[in-house]
Amino acid sequence: MRLFLDETREGLSIAFTAIRANKMRSVLTTLGIVIGIVSVTLMGTAIEGLNRAFNKSISAIGADVLYIEKWPWGGGQNWWEIRNRPDVRIQHARAIEKNAENVRGVSPITGTARNINYGRKLIENAIVVGTDEEFTETSNVNVAMGRFMTALEASGGRPVCVLGSDIAANLFPNESPLGKVVKVGGYPYRSVGVLERQGSFMGMQSLDNRVYVPIQRFFKEFRSMRGGSLSIWVKAASLQGLEETKEEVRGIMRKTRRLSPKQEDDFAINQQDIIIGAFNQIGVVIAGVGLFITGLSLFVGGIGIMNIMFVSVTERTKEIGIRKAIGAPKRAILMQFLMEAAGLCLMGGILGIVISFPLSLIIDQVLPTAMPVSIVVIALLVSILVGVISGFLPAYRASRMDPVDALRYE
Amino acid sequence: MSNIILLKSITKMYQMGMEQVHALRGLDIEIKKNEYISIMGPSGSGKSTLMNVIGCLDTPTSGLYELNGTNVSEMNDNQLAKIRNKEIGFVFQTFNLLARSDVLHNVELPLIYGGVGSSERKKLAREAIERVGLGDRIHHKPNELSGGQRQRVSVARALVTRPSILLADEPTGNLDSKTGDEIMSLFDALHKEGNTIILVTHEADIAAHAHRIVHIRDGIVEKDEIVTNRRVIQHHQAATA
Repeated sequence: MRLFLDETREGLSIAFTAIRANKMRSVLTTLGIVIGIVSVTLMGTAIEGLNRAFNKSISAIGADVLYIEKWPWGGGQNWWEIRNRPDVRIQHARAIEKNAENVRGVSPITGTARNINYGRKLIENAIVVGTDEEFTETSNVNVAMGRFMTALEASGGRPVCVLGSDIAANLFPNESPLGKVVKVGGYPYRSVGVLERQGSFMGMQSLDNRVYVPIQRFFKEFRSMRGGSLSIWVKAASLQGLEETKEEVRGIMRKTRRLSPKQEDDFAINQQDIIIGAFNQIGVVIAGVGLFITGLSLFVGGIGIMNIMFVSVTERTKEIGIRKAIGAPKRAILMQFLMEAAGLCLMGGILGIVISFPLSLIIDQVLPTAMPVSIVVIALLVSILVGVISGFLPAYRASRMDPVDALRYE
Repeated sequence: MSNIILLKSITKMYQMGMEQVHALRGLDIEIKKNEYISIMGPSGSGKSTLMNVIGCLDTPTSGLYELNGTNVSEMNDNQLAKIRNKEIGFVFQTFNLLARSDVLHNVELPLIYGGVGSSERKKLAREAIERVGLGDRIHHKPNELSGGQRQRVSVARALVTRPSILLADEPTGNLDSKTGDEIMSLFDALHKEGNTIILVTHEADIAAHAHRIVHIRDGIVEKDEIVTNRRVIQHHQAATA
């Protein structure tokens, strides 16, 4: 054990001396590794950012919510069969509200795009969402200012609206929107509240560029009750009881639709895990491709290391001969050059992280993220690994040298 | 006295381009403990090959080599490395010191590979360096030393493991005659202290320091003679010459 430690210490000191003796060469060789590590860590940081953005968006909607809709998410089924399904309507929401026990909230959702204006200020093609008072429960959104619509306003179809944060900021830059009357698609609505900022996700329509109105009013002014299929958001009593809730809701839907036991569901119960699953698939592909491409630069860097290690071994043939003559075993020679290669690469790895950290702060401006500690550790381990792998062939050649030939080398 | 080296019908063949070279053709030598022996021969005689075999840098093609009672003729590379480390102290014509390391590190190097602990190692290395008279140069690099001093460092490195034999290959070949004499007187003194010394040389007056000269020609022992008129340099002579 002590022999191994002493050989290791000797190997480290040789490696350090050799790297220092060829400063320029070491720096240039290491550059390949530096670039490789910078690109890999930045890619890792960007991927981390994507995941964070996704999880944030997902948790804003909630994983414990079921979405009863005509169309299943993710597709895959017979398009015609689904197209010919009956629409999901408000009475289904009523039925679930009335009969389901394992739910915390049920809200029907429908939407369209309309212009919104307040005086001269105009927002084109904002999303108008028709829903009821339980929306705050099913969507997990909080009210930042004022209040959400009441049950009375929702069922009575009163002309009130709740603004998304972007809309509120654009229409009322200098005043409180509460109590003001805005025109939604030309119809007057009194604004009673503003929602908290939710952010957008991956270029999708901003969740803050929306206006929420009572669904009964929506049917009167924007689209008739028969004009399209709704989405019914059902928040389960608990995340653990999600499956139970799902079966209950399914039963109520089938009963309302009068489906015989032989008939298949003519509606879809969607869940976040479909999106999560789909995204994870995409995420794995993005991460795989990204890391592969950036990994290529690391690979090129590794080849540079291998090349310079071959040079280093040839240059020091005599030294290898001397060490072997006085009793260095193959293992010690192998370790010596492996450590030199690993040392070079580790140096490159540390330098790469030092460079990529400030760059990751720039990425943070565009895509909120932080360089994960795991990626730092992995980058350092990978750089050592690259050193060991690319240093192995030269080191092995050195360790196999014949001492007589090596001593004779000039 | 017991044999420290026993070579029996040693042959060595190697390929040189298309040609097969018979460097050693059935050579027998016995060397006893505390002998002081020179191996002489013209170039191409097989002298260097013999030195490599004795020094365990190379294995014979056939024949028996016993070093200190151990058969080393069929050992693998790592076993040979261990034997070189423990049993043999090399002194080379070109010194073969590590240029980037100081005297102390050069001398303690064999002990590092021998697995000697740090404090013990430093102590032994200092003793060996003082023995060759370089106690005040311990942290000098080889390029800060004269040729004679460098050869002393390499003698110290050879001594530090207390090997069974000191194997010196043309130790004065790169030195002027005065420093050459100094090195030879060091060998003479080391012999008196009980070391077994094998000198490989082609210079008759260097060979004459030994008690016995083995002449090699065409891969066999041509003549094995006892030196009657030994050339011994007294220390005061070396100092004043």
